[in-house]
Amino acid sequence: MSPNLLVIFTLILSSLAYGVGKKKAFALVRKDESVRLHSRPGYYGLLTALWCGIPALLIFGVWQFVADTVLTNMVMGAIVGHGAPVDTAQVNLLVNDLRNLVAGNYFSADVDPQLQVAADRYIAMERVGTIALGIVMFACAMIGCLFVYSRIKPAMRARNQVEGIVKIFLIFCSAIAILTTVGIVLSVLFESYRFFQQVPVTDFLFGLKWSPQMAIRADQAGSSGSFGAIPVLAGTFMISGIAMAVAVPIGLMAAIYLSEYAGNRFRAIVKPLLEILAGVPTVVYGFFAALVVAPFIRNAGLTFGLSVSSESALAAGIVMGVMIIPFVSSLSDDVINAVPQSLRDGSYGLGATKSETITNVILPAALPGIVGSILLAVSRAIGETMIVVMAAGLSANLTANPLQAVTTVTVQIVTLLVGDQEFDSPKTLAAFALGLLLFVITLILNVIALYVVRKYREEYE
Amino acid sequence: MGMDTVLDMGDTFLTGKNTLGAIDSVVEEKVDREDRTTVGTQFVDDARMTCRDVNVFYGDKQAIRSVSIDVANNEVLAMIGPSGCGKSTFLRCLNRMNDTVDICRVKGEILLDGHDIYDKSVDVVPLRAQVGMVFQKPNPFPKSIYDNVAYGPKIHGIVNSKTELDGIVEDSLKKAGLWNEVSDRLDEPGTGLSGGQQQRLCIARAVAVRPEVILMDEPCSALDPIATATVEDLITELKEQYTIVIVTHNMQQAARISQRTAYFHLGDLVEVGATDRIFTNPLHQLTEDYITGRFG
Repeated sequence: MSPNLLVIFTLILSSLAYGVGKKKAFALVRKDESVRLHSRPGYYGLLTALWCGIPALLIFGVWQFVADTVLTNMVMGAIVGHGAPVDTAQVNLLVNDLRNLVAGNYFSADVDPQLQVAADRYIAMERVGTIALGIVMFACAMIGCLFVYSRIKPAMRARNQVEGIVKIFLIFCSAIAILTTVGIVLSVLFESYRFFQQVPVTDFLFGLKWSPQMAIRADQAGSSGSFGAIPVLAGTFMISGIAMAVAVPIGLMAAIYLSEYAGNRFRAIVKPLLEILAGVPTVVYGFFAALVVAPFIRNAGLTFGLSVSSESALAAGIVMGVMIIPFVSSLSDDVINAVPQSLRDGSYGLGATKSETITNVILPAALPGIVGSILLAVSRAIGETMIVVMAAGLSANLTANPLQAVTTVTVQIVTLLVGDQEFDSPKTLAAFALGLLLFVITLILNVIALYVVRKYREEYE
Repeated sequence: MGMDTVLDMGDTFLTGKNTLGAIDSVVEEKVDREDRTTVGTQFVDDARMTCRDVNVFYGDKQAIRSVSIDVANNEVLAMIGPSGCGKSTFLRCLNRMNDTVDICRVKGEILLDGHDIYDKSVDVVPLRAQVGMVFQKPNPFPKSIYDNVAYGPKIHGIVNSKTELDGIVEDSLKKAGLWNEVSDRLDEPGTGLSGGQQQRLCIARAVAVRPEVILMDEPCSALDPIATATVEDLITELKEQYTIVIVTHNMQQAARISQRTAYFHLGDLVEVGATDRIFTNPLHQLTEDYITGRFG
């Protein structure tokens, strides 16, 4: 019997339980006209169904989670008990072989007969386990169903109980989101801690030289490696700055045109088109930047007698700015549209022109939302990777000249984790430290955004 | 609006509770409900605004049918009528606020001091400075109290110096009866005031551009009785310097503050006349039905 069948079976059982519970609630009323149910009959049915289905599915989930470990341990215990080697690495190898055998994708001729026996045992036990699971689930479903069914009385607060269960489910869902975040942060923190054991925090935060190449093996010839994050950060900020300088004015003006001047039909066509711009994969922007914009800037620079490297912060920044335009324009457009018509009327009613109304009334009223959208775009720019990988280069120059190649935090993380890795080496661990740094910066930006939005909202409502 | 609907409504009136008593108590013969030609004193000698044969359409739907009326100098003209009768639409024609509604078309002639405001050569910006407007819901800008009032004078460039602007702000707030309450906190946001104060701020804002006519679209409908009384006193005072057209749902309010009252019914101007006369002895059966509370 396949495990999936068990789930379907449980769902069928629980829908039957719904019908049974609802019917009993109806019967209570029909028997005695004076009886008033606490909840509508559907809630009694729902409660029966939930009690029938949830425990059974929980057991199913737990079994799926632990079955493999339990069975493997039982089978391996038998093998190891027969005087086989007790080395951890070898046990792991054996377990892998066993898994392959069980899954049936082991076609090598020389299968250890002992292992084959173990695999057969594993399969047999798994079958027994599934049948046992089916029986336990069925019993559980029936017990849950009968438990509620026997207690269905007019005074039973079925609605409140159902709502309670739904609430627990909702809490569970939000907990998953929060726990995932906590998990990611913890793993980054842990690896960063290991990095900072080898490289001092001050060197990392204030060092002016970034050169992560270092000898992995003792006998390898290589530079000693230096992990000063300042050049990388400077590159990130420069490119983000250029991107914002492109995206904010263009995006904001586009939003103003779309929401205040454009006709309905034009708006209906252009707004989705702008949003398509947000759907272009960043890789595509990346080669657009590397193959079109960067050479163009270099040639343009040559005509002015400037030396521009073929990978420049300017090219990456401009293309990133184009990528971000739809974020700024679409969000700002929504915010501007949300400004109440009464404010516009009030301004027009005083004889203000359209532009006076926009600059003096609508933009100030929409400011918190606009600031929010801009900060969101900044976070996006700082985290952007593909464009900069392709167009900005890898050399960590500490420079204020946007015509030179620079590198960013995200690019360095990519290069550090691509290819050979050694998780004891600061070279690899540095990626986590950079990730942590990026996370902290984005977090600070978001906090500022929240603060700004809240401050203005208090003032203007 | 077809004839059937009107007939249906007529039936509804007749089946109303004290219909017979109310009709019997009036001696004079009323104009029949089906007759929608305007009765009463539509036209005056010292007209500030004259409207002739005004029709308003929203897309294909006609919202106002052939309305002709004068607004006299320094009077308060109240416009009453059941919901959806077109009184607000008509009010918004008087300073071309309907221009901001794409599907709205206005036909006919509306003159301000003898000049057609719908003439192609007329710019709506100075027009709206001459004919100010106060809206149903208080809508102060998200700015300080001072800036709310100073907004109009600033954009129209009618001030040369900060002192002059200060003077206009103080003067306008005094006219709106708000100065004593806010003089010490002019830099606080206008949105932080109470509803009644906000509405008086909006009146001060309209007054600050020195209009000739002030249009008010149910200015008290969002206010409590005390704030309403304050605003009503204010309107009576403002009448000395301005011409005021006010739309109201509140018949007592129309009776208290206006000199003339116009009754709109489903897009038709049914009756105009001196307020006292309208409320004591309406000429039209529909007016009578409305003011005796049979519908609305």
